[in-house]
Amino acid sequence: MNPPGGGAAVAVRDLRKSYGHVEAVRGISFEIGTGECFGLLGPNGAGKTTTVEVLEGLLPATAGEVAVLGRRWGEDDHEIRERLGVCLQQTVLPEKLEVGETVSLFRALYREGRDPGEVVGEVGLQEKTRARVGTLSGGQKQRLAVACALVGDPELLFLDEPTTGLDPQSRRQVWDIVKGFKERGRTVVLTTHYMDEAERLCDRIAVVDHGRVIAGGTPRELIRSLGGDHVIEIAVEEGGAGGLRPEELSGLPSVRAVHAEAGHLVLTVAEPHVAIAPLLERVAHLGFALASLATRHASLEDVFVSLTGRHLRDD
Amino acid sequence: MIDRARVRAFLALCLARLREGYREPEVLFWAFVFPVLLSGALAVAFRDRPPDPSRALVVKGPGTARLLAALREAPLVRAEAAGEEEAAGALRMGRADVVVSAPADPGSPVEYRLDPTRPEAGVARARVDDALQRAAGRRDPLASREVALREPGGRYVDFLVPGLVGMNLMSAGMWGVGFALVDMRIKKLLKRLLATPMRPADFMLAQMTTRVLSTFLEVGTLLGFAWLALDVPVRGSVAAVFAIALLGAMTFAGLGLAVGCRAQKIETVSGLMNLVMMPMFVASGVFFSVERFPTAVQGGLRLLPLTALNDALRAVILEGSDVVSQWPRLLVLAAWGSVSFALGLRFFRWS
Repeated sequence: MNPPGGGAAVAVRDLRKSYGHVEAVRGISFEIGTGECFGLLGPNGAGKTTTVEVLEGLLPATAGEVAVLGRRWGEDDHEIRERLGVCLQQTVLPEKLEVGETVSLFRALYREGRDPGEVVGEVGLQEKTRARVGTLSGGQKQRLAVACALVGDPELLFLDEPTTGLDPQSRRQVWDIVKGFKERGRTVVLTTHYMDEAERLCDRIAVVDHGRVIAGGTPRELIRSLGGDHVIEIAVEEGGAGGLRPEELSGLPSVRAVHAEAGHLVLTVAEPHVAIAPLLERVAHLGFALASLATRHASLEDVFVSLTGRHLRDD
Repeated sequence: MIDRARVRAFLALCLARLREGYREPEVLFWAFVFPVLLSGALAVAFRDRPPDPSRALVVKGPGTARLLAALREAPLVRAEAAGEEEAAGALRMGRADVVVSAPADPGSPVEYRLDPTRPEAGVARARVDDALQRAAGRRDPLASREVALREPGGRYVDFLVPGLVGMNLMSAGMWGVGFALVDMRIKKLLKRLLATPMRPADFMLAQMTTRVLSTFLEVGTLLGFAWLALDVPVRGSVAAVFAIALLGAMTFAGLGLAVGCRAQKIETVSGLMNLVMMPMFVASGVFFSVERFPTAVQGGLRLLPLTALNDALRAVILEGSDVVSQWPRLLVLAAWGSVSFALGLRFFRWS
């Protein structure tokens, strides 16, 4: 029997993974083409890490089929690993080793790979080559972890929450490294609960919630699925019985959807310039005074909210 | 054919482990400084002293003066007069080794009161009786003389050093492998390594190899110190000592692997380590001979790995035995090592 997916870098069919009675992954399927950057976007506990660790061959699947680079785990694991780069969520690399030594150690574990010094330079740590890992900042440690994943010159790179807990500058540095890798035609699988990260890096996204893929496509497709590219958020002054209700604003020109969030209403809109005048008229007509109005481009966050009623990060 | 990439991976793992070790001050302290300090301190505490005199109390009464006079002549007896009550109390509290009562009339025997279970009481009785018999006119029918042995090899420190070598091999092996593995598991480093093409067997072999390499330094340091500073002899061949130490190091590395094969918390592995090591610290002849224990349990104690290691080390270091003669002990070590290594690998958890 041939592995599923033919020429795909990764093919997953109805993947399930249970821990005792807890079903972390409940039937996930997707395919990732060579050269694609594929994102698993979802809140904490959605099953992203479990899925990725099955793909990395670190966890056995409970059921379903997984093919990585056209091979199956359990048949020629060693050959697959030679071609994978892995960056786990939170690995503490040995603190007493130097940056250069650490990358060289990982290089030595692969049959073929890149020059460790070059990779250290690529992640912007050349000045830290002789520094002990224990002395690095969080962002530097994360870039070192990425360097360890890159030094085996992988065809397929897994990044599990690569920028969680990093400052904005460090996040941008990690993104640039990933973009550089992608530009060389390599495949990336990335998990994140940051929608901006997914929008910036990913060619295609699977939105994951409660162990299932609830939506998939390019970031543009997902946003278009809302019915409009734009969002108008309005709030009204306190007063009036129960405030302004979502259904009171439906049916306005160009408005595709309305839902309430803490303290304000969120309208998904195709053309803001068409929607705003009738909207203001309706609010005034209902006897409310406008407290604020803002328009912005719709994001993947809005997609997630419209699918689940929850935010990606409820914190 | 030798797989060069695999050899390179193995050497890189060894190098990383060694670097981590010698950059960790605690590791260096426990492996090198502590055993030297301990052997030095114990050598001072148990340095050669003249033998303690026996403490005798003579109950006050009509014949006391004559007995005291006789005992004050005797070597290694310190005699004093005391009332009946006082003497009984001193005997109970261990301040006196023997209480002597003069005979009530010339024909009756001298009376010795003592606790026969205390070794020093028996010695005291013999010394006192000897002195009194001589004073009463006994002439020894057999001439004898004493030659005092003070040469290195028979002192407490000579007994101690091989035991410390064994103890050091045990704790360094168990902590060095078991603790390190659990630490790497907690930090997800084991999982990260498993995601590379590294062969798990090469990783384990690297852990063992670095442990064995450190053994040469640790055993060398301690024996070198003992030889230079404490005058402890190595009667057998140094090669034999190292051969036994290597087997011991591998055995305890195997036990460390078994103890650390599943633990996911530092507390768990520390508890397990102590559970395994504590009984051997006490009962495996590090500080005192296994022969102090009742005969019934000695057979069992000799099957403990540390007992086997200490006995074999002592045989070579103190008695000049060769390796081959130690085969039953080496067999005990090898059995512990291979069984625990196999179990450790079988149940090993990478994450």
